[in-house]
Amino acid sequence: MNKQLPQEYYQLLEEIQAVDFVLVELNLYLDTHPDDYDAIEQFNTFTKKSKELKIVFEKKYGPLMNFGRSFSNYPWDWKEAPWPWQV
Amino acid sequence: MWYYEKKLQYPVRVSQCNPMLAKFLIEQYGGADGELAAALRYLNQRYTIPDKVAGLLNDIGTEEFAHLEMIATMVYKLTKDATPEQMKEAGLGAHYADHDKALFFHNAAGAPFTATYFQAKGDPIADIYEDIAAEEKARATYQWLINMSDDPDINDGLKFLREREVVHSLRFREAAEILKEERDKKVFF
Repeated sequence: MNKQLPQEYYQLLEEIQAVDFVLVELNLYLDTHPDDYDAIEQFNTFTKKSKELKIVFEKKYGPLMNFGRSFSNYPWDWKEAPWPWQV
Repeated sequence: MWYYEKKLQYPVRVSQCNPMLAKFLIEQYGGADGELAAALRYLNQRYTIPDKVAGLLNDIGTEEFAHLEMIATMVYKLTKDATPEQMKEAGLGAHYADHDKALFFHNAAGAPFTATYFQAKGDPIADIYEDIAAEEKARATYQWLINMSDDPDINDGLKFLREREVVHSLRFREAAEILKEERDKKVFF
């Protein structure tokens, strides 16, 4: 796996990583603070944002998730995007 | 069940080939206070812990697998271009003899991973306090690794992981209070 990836791949991926990090943090926080209305609102806002970013990323670089959480092009393109330890 | 997402939780970059650093980092892959032990501990304890904190164990246990993948990526990138001679010089000759460059679940001294690294007592307070201790030990390990590493890119990733231990410890401390509140609730009929 030595496919040269454009700088944009790393930028888009990092944007997703940043948004998803906010979601992990809010998720763990809400696990012990289930009544924080503002935090739930933030969680839902960032969930929407994350989904939108992933649609853009996957159109360009292939599916991010397996088992039906992402769509596939023809031919089966799970192998298209590089594995995280290769980039 | 679980889904895989083709991304790291936080970017892992490596400045240069450094098998000696990889040898130390493997402590957090297959060591007593490493990410595998953490993930298996929490995901195993969640079945019998009270519902109010089962979600937290589930979610932190899941995050630990993302950390395991980051550590694996660091080790892989630090060793992938090393010659057998460099592996030997770095103290990885014995590893190379058995595994080539493949990763293996052992600690920095080469002791293989064992389930005896963690416990499931079935007592919620005992289990959650073990979890707090596990996070503090992992945080300390990351600090010792940062102290020995002169790779600024690796250190960036290690500092992220160290901070996650701090947050997990805090959440587990909150969970301990939730468990005590549950335990001390008076039952009225």
